[in-house]
Amino acid sequence: MSSLLTAMALVIATAAIGAAFVAISVNRISIAILAAGAVSLLASVLFLLLAAPDVAMTEAAIGSGLTTFLFFFVLGRIRGGKYD
Amino acid sequence: MVDMLIYLAAALAGIAFLMALYRFVKGPLAYDRVIAFDVMTIITITCIIMTAMITGRGIYLDVALVYALLSFMGVIVIARYLERSS
Amino acid sequence: MQTLLDIIGGILLVSGTTFLMLGGLGLVRMPDIFNRIQAGTKATTLGTLLTLAGIGFMHPEWSVKLLLIGLFLLFTNPLSSHVLARSAERSGVDKTPKTRIDAFAEDHGDPS
Repeated sequence: MSSLLTAMALVIATAAIGAAFVAISVNRISIAILAAGAVSLLASVLFLLLAAPDVAMTEAAIGSGLTTFLFFFVLGRIRGGKYD
Repeated sequence: MVDMLIYLAAALAGIAFLMALYRFVKGPLAYDRVIAFDVMTIITITCIIMTAMITGRGIYLDVALVYALLSFMGVIVIARYLERSS
Repeated sequence: MQTLLDIIGGILLVSGTTFLMLGGLGLVRMPDIFNRIQAGTKATTLGTLLTLAGIGFMHPEWSVKLLLIGLFLLFTNPLSSHVLARSAERSGVDKTPKTRIDAFAEDHGDPS
């Protein structure tokens, strides 16, 4: 069964690279924030596959929840012009 | 028998994840990417629970619980932002 | 007895991930936003609940926590899909030309 976990880690790492590519290539800030949240979410699954559930829980709560919420709150305040 | 079923289930979930990733990378509008993000989160919850089943450690289910609460909040914040900015 | 529960759980697991795969296929193949929301959230909600039931058959000692996860998903998932659909409708996203009946536009007048 450990080969199954390795295959799962490979798929999730590929997806993290794809989401990071979206984050640097798109020209709207909101989509870039969303893609950064997706990278954080997939990184926490990788932490979980490395047998660290506490780190994974912290990463999911802060990296994917709080950071996305805070970035969108600030972006709603400053009204980012033509790139929002 | 049960091992074969688990391998088949993991393969199907991986195909679903790659399809959602395709829509996330390609998606022409912002809403397509938000929907793909939502679907990726749900499939990720399934992957976490299957990891807990394979390794036999019940503590991993708490991470899935945190995910099920937080992903919803992110999607709602993004949808409200996109609704106001248009 | 344990093997019987394992086989029932495995069959539920495969059927649940089949629904997940169909949701992903709908996400790729459907023509516009609203159809993608339809395929992407309803099918995956059913698939995740079936997967939770299958793992509950395999490990009966985890059933309380799995029930809690299923309850959270059942609350939050339709809510997020509804918020997304409302936001897309209010910001005037184009519908596919194959749309036959638009009940919202009939009730509220054409938004454009």
